[in-house]
Amino acid sequence: MSTHKLALTEEILLSVEKPARYIGGEINCVYKKKEEVQVRFAMCFPDVYEIGMSHLGIQILYDMFNSRDDVWCERVYSPWPDLDAILRREQIPLFALESQDPIRAFDFLGITIQYEMCYTNILQILDLAQIPLLSKQRGEDDPIVIGGGPCAYNPEPLAPFFDLFYIGEGETQYAPMIELYKKNRAQGGSRRDFLRACATLSGIYVPSLYMTTYHDDGTIAAFSPMEEGIPARIRKEIVPDVSKTCYPEKPLVPFMQVTQDRVVLEIQRGCIRGCRFCQAGQIYRPVRERSLDFLKEKAIRMLDSTGCGEISLSSLSSSDYSQLKELVYFLIEETKKRHVNISLPSLRIDAFSLDVMNKIQDVKKSSLTFAPEAGTQRMRDVINKGLTEEDILRGAGQAFRGGWNKVKLYFMLGLPGETNEDVTGIAELAERIAGEYYEIPKEERNGKCQITSSTSFFVPKPFTPFQWAPMNTAEEFLRKAYLVKDTMRAQKNQKSLRYHYHEADVTILEGVLARGDRRIAPVILRAYQKGCLFDSWNEYFDHQKWLEAFAQEGISPDFYTTRERSLDEILPWDFIDCGVTKRFLKQEYERAMAGIVTPNCRVRCSGCGAAVFGGGVCFENTN
Amino acid sequence: MKIRIKFTKTGNMRFIGHLDILRYFQKLLRRAEVDVKYSEGFSPHPVMSFAQPLGLGDTSEGEYLDLEVCSSESSAVMLRRLNEKSCPEIQMLRYVKIADETRRSNAMSNVAAADYRILFRQEALDEQAMRSMLAQEMLVVKRKTKTKEVETDIRPMILSWEIQEEGLFVRLATGSAANCKPDTLIEAYDRFRGTASLPFACHFHRLEMYACKDGQFVPLYRLGEELL
Repeated sequence: MSTHKLALTEEILLSVEKPARYIGGEINCVYKKKEEVQVRFAMCFPDVYEIGMSHLGIQILYDMFNSRDDVWCERVYSPWPDLDAILRREQIPLFALESQDPIRAFDFLGITIQYEMCYTNILQILDLAQIPLLSKQRGEDDPIVIGGGPCAYNPEPLAPFFDLFYIGEGETQYAPMIELYKKNRAQGGSRRDFLRACATLSGIYVPSLYMTTYHDDGTIAAFSPMEEGIPARIRKEIVPDVSKTCYPEKPLVPFMQVTQDRVVLEIQRGCIRGCRFCQAGQIYRPVRERSLDFLKEKAIRMLDSTGCGEISLSSLSSSDYSQLKELVYFLIEETKKRHVNISLPSLRIDAFSLDVMNKIQDVKKSSLTFAPEAGTQRMRDVINKGLTEEDILRGAGQAFRGGWNKVKLYFMLGLPGETNEDVTGIAELAERIAGEYYEIPKEERNGKCQITSSTSFFVPKPFTPFQWAPMNTAEEFLRKAYLVKDTMRAQKNQKSLRYHYHEADVTILEGVLARGDRRIAPVILRAYQKGCLFDSWNEYFDHQKWLEAFAQEGISPDFYTTRERSLDEILPWDFIDCGVTKRFLKQEYERAMAGIVTPNCRVRCSGCGAAVFGGGVCFENTN
Repeated sequence: MKIRIKFTKTGNMRFIGHLDILRYFQKLLRRAEVDVKYSEGFSPHPVMSFAQPLGLGDTSEGEYLDLEVCSSESSAVMLRRLNEKSCPEIQMLRYVKIADETRRSNAMSNVAAADYRILFRQEALDEQAMRSMLAQEMLVVKRKTKTKEVETDIRPMILSWEIQEEGLFVRLATGSAANCKPDTLIEAYDRFRGTASLPFACHFHRLEMYACKDGQFVPLYRLGEELL
C-alpha cells in the first residue's frame, strides 16, 4: 500500500470538518518528482475546496501546465475557518494538495479571481502561506503572485497584493512566461528583472510599474507606466481557435461531494447577445465555438476517465451554439449507454429544448428556468435582453402542457432608469405565467403550479455599457424588494407564487470592489485584519467590520457606488483593452437610456471592436 | 448475478466518509466498465450494499460490498480492471459470485463478527489491566441511545482476543443481533483503569468480517465462489 505524505497530522485532520478537503490524491491528480521539474506552480481558487474544485478554468490550466515536463502544477484552496484557526495557532504554513509542500517554496502562486467577495480570502491565502501580503514586501525567495480571471479586468483594488495580473484567457501566455522565468533564473536575474520582462508580454499587467494620480474631486487625473518601454495599454489574451487548444481529458475526480459533481464540456466562449448588464458577455468577445468533433471526443474521454454520473454543457448561452442539436442527440445516445445524466443549463425554452428535456429526464420533471432579468418589456429593452413576454408565456405554456408545473424566474432590481412599474412588473409577470397554467383544463393539469421568482440587486460592472451608471442604495434596493413582495401578495394566484431576494449590504460592497481603484486596497487589507473572511458566505459576512474599515481609511463607499460617472471620466480599468471599445460601450449606454435594442452578433455586427482578435463570430460569414 | 467485493481502505482514505465511499464506488464501477445492474425507477442507481461502515479515521483490509451485475468476466480479470482504476489505498482483494438465494441477505445483514487490530499510540497498552478486565465474566458499559442511557454487558460480544506485538487483536460481535464497536471496548478499558479517555489514543484497523454459518465464523467472501 502506498499513500502520500500529509502536511497535517491525523489529530488535526480528524478534528476539522471534512478532512478530505486537505489530503489531495484525487483520481487523475498529477504527481511528479520535484527534483525532475524546473518550475513549481501553485494554482489557487480562493474559496473552500468544494467550490474551487468545481471550477473549469483551473482544470484546464492544471492539465495544460502538467502536460509540460518542466512544470509541476499543484492546487490550493482556502482552508475553512476551523482549519484556518489551527494553521495560525500552530504556525503551519499553507501547503499544496499534491506534494503537501508549503506554498512559499513554489516559484508561482496563481490565483483565479472569479468574484469580488473572495478578496479577503486572497489575503488569507497569502497570509497562511507566510508570503508577505504586499508585492513590494516580497523577497527573491517568495513565489511570484499572479492574479487572473474575470475580476482581473479591474485589478486596481487588488493592485498592491499581486506581482502581476494575467488579463484574458490562460492558454496563451503561460508558456512564454515560464520560458522567461527559466531564462531569468539561469542568468541570475532578480525578481524585479523578471517582472519587468513579463510587463512586455501581451496581456500581462505588472501593477508596480504604473502609477495613478487623482483630481481634487477624487476622480482619476492620469494613469501611466513609470518606466520607458512599459506598455500604456494592456490587451487581453484570447485563444483564436478554441478547437485547436488544450482541454482536459482526465479531469480531477474529488473523493468528497463538491458543488459541481460532473464533467464539464465548454462548448463555446463568449456570447452573441450583448445584454447590457453582463460583463462576461463583453469581456469574452468574440464568440468562438468549439467544433463538434472536438467536443464529441472530449466528452467521451472525460466520461471514461472519471466515471462521473453527469455531464454538463457550459457556455453563456448554449442555445446559440450552432450545432447544439447534433451535439445533444449524440450525448443522449452516449450517456444512455453509461447510465450518465446530462445537464443543460442556459438553454432557451423552446420546442427543441422541451423535446430534449423529455428525452433526458423521462418521467421526473424538474423545474424550468427563465431569466427575463426585468419585469417589463421597456426595461428588458433597456438592458438589451432579447427575451419577450410572449417568448416566456409561450415557452411556459408548452412546458405546462408537457407536464411541467414548476418555473423559476430570475430578475434584477436596481437596473438603470428603473421605475416602480418595472419593479411591480416582476410580480405581474409571475402572475401571468401562473395564469397561463390555470388556463389549462383542470383535468389535464398536474396539480398546482409553483412559480418561484428570485431577484438579485444590480451591480454595474467594468466593461459593460452600464459601467458609468449609479447603483441603488441599500435602502432603495430593499424598498424595491418589499414592493415586489407586496405586489405578489395582492395578486389572485399568490398561493402559486414564491419570492426570494438577496441581501443588500453585501451587494453594496460588491459594487465598491467591482468599480474600485487602488485606494480601495487598504480598505480590503484592514477589513481582513479585522477578521473579514469568506465574505461570500452569509454566515461569515460581517458588514460592521467593513464599515469600520472604510471609515478608518477615510473612504466613502458612495463615491464608488451611487455616484454617476461622467462619460469622459478616466475609469480605473481604462488601460485594459478587452477588444470592445469605450466608444461602443458609450453608444450602448446611450441606446439603453433611449430604450433601443441592439441586435445580436449573428443578426448584424455592431462594430464593438472585438474583431481585432481576427477570429470567432466576427468572421463567420467571410470565408 | 450477485457479486461480493472485499476491499481495503487504508492510508489517507481513512479521512473519506462512508457516503463518499459509496459515491467513489459508483464512479469506479463506471471507470472499470463493470456491467452493473441499475435499479428501476425515477433515478436509476447501482444496486449496492456495504457491510458495516467504518469510522472516520479507521483503516481496514476487510471491507465488503455486494453488487448486482448483468454480466461479468472472471474474478481475476475483474480484480485487475477495478484495481487499475482505483486509488492505491482502495484495492479489491476478492471478487466472488454469491448465490442468488442470499438476495435478501446482503453483505450488511450477513455480518456477525469482525476482527480488529487496535494500536495504542499515545501510551502503551497496560497489558495487566486489559487481562484483568477481560478475565471478568461481565463487562457492563453504559451506552447512549437516542433517548436514554442503557447498560449493556459487552463481555459476551468479545468473542476472542490476544495481546500481540503490534497491539491488541480482538474479534467482536458485529451486526444487527449484537454489536460491539472497538471504541466501546477501549472506553470500558479506560474506565476500568480509572483514566480519562484521550482523543486519538488508539487506531482501529479492521482485518476481516465474518458471517456465522453452522456455528462457525466464515469470512464473508467464503460464502461466494470465484468466477473462473
